[in-house]
This record gives sequence, structure tokens and C-alpha cells, in this order.
Amino acid sequence: MKTDDLIRALASDGKSRWRVGNLLTVALLAAVPVSVAAFFIEMGVRPDIATAVQNPFFDLKFAVTISLALSAVALSLHLSRPEATLRGVVLILAVPFLLLAGGIAVEMMLPQRVAWITRLVGTNSRICLTAIPVLSMPFLAAALVALRHGAPAQPALAGAFAGLLSAGLAATLYAAHCTDDSPLFVATWYTLATLLVVAVGALAGSRVLRY
Amino acid sequence: MRERDNEWTGLMRSANAGDTAAYHRLLKAVTPVLRAAARRGLARAGQPVDQSEDIVQDILFAVHLKRHTWDENAPFAPWLFAIARNKLIDALRRRGRRIFVNIDDFSETLPGAQAEETLPATEVTAHLNGLPKRQRDVLQSISVDGHSIKDTAARLAMTEGAVRVALHRGLTNLANKLRVEI
Repeated sequence: MKTDDLIRALASDGKSRWRVGNLLTVALLAAVPVSVAAFFIEMGVRPDIATAVQNPFFDLKFAVTISLALSAVALSLHLSRPEATLRGVVLILAVPFLLLAGGIAVEMMLPQRVAWITRLVGTNSRICLTAIPVLSMPFLAAALVALRHGAPAQPALAGAFAGLLSAGLAATLYAAHCTDDSPLFVATWYTLATLLVVAVGALAGSRVLRY
Repeated sequence: MRERDNEWTGLMRSANAGDTAAYHRLLKAVTPVLRAAARRGLARAGQPVDQSEDIVQDILFAVHLKRHTWDENAPFAPWLFAIARNKLIDALRRRGRRIFVNIDDFSETLPGAQAEETLPATEVTAHLNGLPKRQRDVLQSISVDGHSIKDTAARLAMTEGAVRVALHRGLTNLANKLRVEI
């Protein structure tokens, strides 16, 4: 087929396409019930939730995970454009990072009943390392399906951010179950669990996000 | 160069607003630039430059199928060259060479400096035969025979909507078949 002929066919194909952002929103909303159901079937919210919400360190977990998820969504969408680079925009990740660092600093200044290492090790790190990756899988699958409509220059990097946003959403759910509220625990175990999902996302992205 | 970029951006904005003629003009305008860059990439990789048309068509498919990722407030040329660069690297890799493609390959090309390519591309033509008959007929009618959607619908006794769907599916299928080869 001659290129001029192909151009004629392309120009006649006026079908409007979904924007990646709209698609990502719909896909993630579709994944929410799946992860939420898994969360309530397997673990559920912690029994003392009514008193826990009055603990600022409990609430901080949500501020960290939600801001992580939102900034990763923004970065994933940015990276779905072919000419996009991370330069400058990646600073948005400073929001969850600074929230967590601030939490650690404040906690360190307050008098504590248990030693910092005990707070860091926590009581359910193993559940944390399992629950966040498992709960993130529906989000990751949804995000990758949506991002396939994009055109990322670096598929593995785009996949890594899809993993990051999925982990952020999954951690938001898990935080309601988790009884370890110390920012030291969050910084250690939530981060480790998140990195696992990021690695899975990068691996999957390098395969499915090429265009 | 600035003038050319502005013209492209304007054409793409009109295209997104539904102006088919502007879109057609834009694709025609960028093709010689893409062709020159593809030839240069092939030449540098020690590959025969007569394969450039396959690469050009591959880029045009990607531009078309990913056009919703272009931000209306951004200039068009960097977006185009990013896609072209990605596809050129893919194509050269597919041909067994790892090569660094310089972005200047695209941005320094003067439009019209390249002779028209007369050789038909082979890859798309080969895959065309693998399409369902409906899609192939519609593609043939619109691209090679140069009929409009309306005329194609009349000739093939289809509704215009069905022609549009068959055209879109046919193009998407062709683009996917090109990708699978990588």
C-alpha cells in the first residue's frame, strides 16, 4: 500500500478516542469493588477503629497513602505521553514523603512508652507485606489496561508508576486494618510492600505498555 | 522551522475538532520529514534505505492511533518526533541493530528536501491480505481507490456507520499486526 493511500485511510478514520485520564479513572473505579471485597473478606477494619481515628498517627497513614496514590496517578498520566520526561514533575512525590518524614520527626519528639525499634518492627509486618501487594493487584491490572491507551516513551517506568499508584490505593485500604500506627512502621513496611508492587508494575509495563 | 511547527500544531488542533481535511494535510506534510529521518536512520545502521517506507507507515499508524495523547496546549512537533523516534528505534532493533537515534534527525530535516518515495511498502500490503474480507474491502476502497466513506458504503451495500467501524477495526488490526512482528 502506498503511503499516500494509507494517509487517505487514516484521515477518513475520524473515530474519537478516549483520553487516557478518563479511561484510567473508569478502570480504577471498576477495580475498587474487587479490592474492597477482598479487604473485607480477608481482614476488615480493625476492631478499635472508632478510637483509632482520634489518633493523629492513624490518620497520618491515610494522608500518606492517599497523597502517594494521587501523585502516582498524576505521574502515570504524565508519562503516558510520548514526549514526557520525569524532569521537574517527579517532585510531586515529595508530598507523601514529607508527610511521612514529618510524622516520624513529630513522633520522635513525643514521649513514648515503647522503644523506637519496637515501634518500627511492629506487630504485623508480615501481613502488611502480603496484604498491600495482594490488594494492589486489581488496581495494577486496571491501571495497565488503561495506560495501554497511552504512548509511554519508557514502558517499564510507566509500569513502575502504575505499580506505585496501585500500592498507594491498596495501602489506603490496608491502613484501616493495620494496628501499627507508628510512622516508623509505615516508612519501613509500607515502603517495602510498595517497592514489591512497583517492581511487578515495571516488569509488566515493559511488556504490555510498549506501543 | 518555528513557522512549520506552528502550522502543524494548528492543523492538529483543527483535526481534533473534526476537520478531516486538516488532518489529511497534516499527515501529508509530516510524511517527507519522517521519510528523510527514517532513511538517515537506516543508512546509519547500514541498512538498505528502500525499507524506509515501512517505517514511515509504522510511524503514521502510531501517530494516528495515539493522537489522543497529544496535549492541545503543547506544540505538535516534539510529540510527533518522540513517537517517530520510538518507532524508528523499534524498527532498527527489529533489523538486528542497536542504534542510538538522535532527535536532531527529525528536527533538523528541511521539508521538501526529500524525493518522493515511489516504492510501495511491503509490510502493510502483506498484512492487508490477513484481514477479514469486510475490513479489507473497505480499506481498499478508501485508500487505494480513493472513495469517500459515503461512496464506499454505497458500493459495498453497507451503512456509513458500518464502513466507519470496519475502517477503524481494519486500521487497528493492521497496526497490531505490524507490532507483533517486533
